[in-house]
Amino acid sequence: MPTSDWPHVMLHVVSGKGGTGKTTVAAALALALASGGRRVMLMEVEGRQGLAQLFDAPPLPYEERKLAVAPGGGEVWGLAVDPEEALLEYLELFYNLRRAGGALRRMGAVDFVTTISPGLRDVLLTGKAVELVRRKDKMHAKPYDAIVLDAPPTGRITRFLNVNTEIAGVAKVGPIRSQADGVMAVLRSPKTAVHLTTLLEEMPVQETADGVRELSDAALPVGGIVVNVTRPPRLDADQLALARSGDLPVDEIRRAVLAAGVGRDTDSVVAALAGEAADHAARVALEDTERLRIAELGRPVYELPFLASGIDLGALYELGSRLKAQGMA
Amino acid sequence: MTTLDLDGLIDDPATRIIVCCGSGGVGKTTTAAAIGLRAAERGRHVCVLTIDPARRLAQAMGLTELDNTPRPVVDIKASPGSLDAMMLDMKRTFDEVVESHSDPERAQAILNNPFYQALSSSFAGTQEYMAMEKLGQLRAQSDSEGTWDLIVVDTPPSRSALDFLDAPERLGTFLDGRFIRILLAPARGAGRGIGRIIGAGFGLFAGVLNKVLGAQLLSDLAAFVGAVDTMFGGFRERAEATYALLKDRGTAFIVVAAPERDALREASYFVERLEQDGMPFAGLILNRVQEVRAPELSAEQCLAAAERLEVAGDSPITVSLLRLHADRLRNAERQRRLATRFTAAHPGVPVTEVIALAEDVHDLDGLREIGGLLAGN
Repeated sequence: MPTSDWPHVMLHVVSGKGGTGKTTVAAALALALASGGRRVMLMEVEGRQGLAQLFDAPPLPYEERKLAVAPGGGEVWGLAVDPEEALLEYLELFYNLRRAGGALRRMGAVDFVTTISPGLRDVLLTGKAVELVRRKDKMHAKPYDAIVLDAPPTGRITRFLNVNTEIAGVAKVGPIRSQADGVMAVLRSPKTAVHLTTLLEEMPVQETADGVRELSDAALPVGGIVVNVTRPPRLDADQLALARSGDLPVDEIRRAVLAAGVGRDTDSVVAALAGEAADHAARVALEDTERLRIAELGRPVYELPFLASGIDLGALYELGSRLKAQGMA
Repeated sequence: MTTLDLDGLIDDPATRIIVCCGSGGVGKTTTAAAIGLRAAERGRHVCVLTIDPARRLAQAMGLTELDNTPRPVVDIKASPGSLDAMMLDMKRTFDEVVESHSDPERAQAILNNPFYQALSSSFAGTQEYMAMEKLGQLRAQSDSEGTWDLIVVDTPPSRSALDFLDAPERLGTFLDGRFIRILLAPARGAGRGIGRIIGAGFGLFAGVLNKVLGAQLLSDLAAFVGAVDTMFGGFRERAEATYALLKDRGTAFIVVAAPERDALREASYFVERLEQDGMPFAGLILNRVQEVRAPELSAEQCLAAAERLEVAGDSPITVSLLRLHADRLRNAERQRRLATRFTAAHPGVPVTEVIALAEDVHDLDGLREIGGLLAGN
């Protein structure tokens, strides 16, 4: 088993363009990190209950719950962070203001404040992740070995994590500002890595490239790139080249198709097979171009295959073990 | 299964708006662009409003400037028709709304307010709201100037079904909420300071906010709410007008999906929600369907033949081609099962399937090809 590429990272943030499977990747990464007896927290922050759906569990409350066990005695825990609850918790924790919080909520103020000021909402959500990173029990042991955050999509990730700048616009001084500074310090540290998921398609790869640039510009630590839903080519490189240039050995194929006794009209079978090969070759060429663009980003790259059976718990274990085998965990 | 008659829809002069909706990554923007091009080349005066097109698609349509204004797409074979296209600039659209509803001084105060800036650039639903706002503007322009007789709209990839239908309402409710009214009270009370508000609830509240957020934030917030108050009526009216426009018989909703589980689940939500709201729903476009040539060759047959050839050491390339064919068949069968599940749940919905193309669209010919596939030829 190779060693992890991210031995010092405690907070794995997983983002990606919508539709690239970032929640699936986050869950697979959590299982991979937990394998061998570690305890991992998997957090979601978008109020979608994506984790509950994925693990086929009832909707998650704002409460740490065990979601799954990992190979070798590890555990994956889940938490759906709600910005309102996080604000109330924050008020209680720092100001002992739980009761006031209740009154605020009845007035619609909590909803208002967490909605209209996205910087504030984000600092509460990221603040929760950072709290879990820093948390120690009475014996000064860390309750979680790693935190995996199923984060907002690539288009919003830099804003989401760059809480310091975002909050600066609305809160120039005061405790929420100091809170933002503290959160930012952890997010920018080597304890954090922001991984991006993509598909081998133009738009998602473009968004990944934009995301890497924006994160770097904001001095946020870019992690690896997970290429999801890949399909291995069915033809080898030479065959793909022939299919692409239209130079397939048609006579040989006709003879072999006839020998194997496939179909009635051999000519149309050969034409169909050659046409499919040309489509396939064009698709593979396009994917190779996208792979090159991903490689040019200079980040560690992990690939996960398309699973025809769909994504269930068994599939998550398989994806997790593939991430581990490639050194992501 | 009935087929969606796209040409019938775009050739009908009564069709004035086509809205393409669906989850992200299913080719919604490309579909909207292809429908717009086809309609223009069949003689309509079309404006396509895109939200976030892929770079090459934008280039194909000549969308190089992000200036929130429709620009003519050149090199189309549209005579007497025409095609204009634009990309939505969410913040700019919001700014324009503010400017058109307030005097210049007040507008500037709103535009400079940090809360407005947060709301206009990242409030969940702002993009949806602005897409509908822009649609309303384009429609008003085409009614008064006769610029376009068909507007094709791409919608933001909403996280939940039809956020763009709810966005105007949500924004209205939000700005009209109880809390805002409390904040507004001082502004209405002849400019007295916010701290003068009576009521234990507010005192407690102001105390907490001051403590947690700092006093600057609270006064910015009050200023914002006070300034925005004058625009409430306008917002509401426009939201209602846009909703009525969507519900009009001249509008047609097309739901775009791909034959994957998540995308079809989203499509089901869309269809149900459109029907529930009584929106004019035209049908489903199922993109990226695996094309199978020679479907009469079954996967089992091909795999067995490949096995025989391989054992005999005969023609490795034929072995690969047969396995590739089996692979495609299996994928097509899987997609078929998913699509059947959808049609079983929504039996009356017209569906058009579009085969997956090997390459992304990067020029008008590509869009034209897709338009042809959408029309069923």
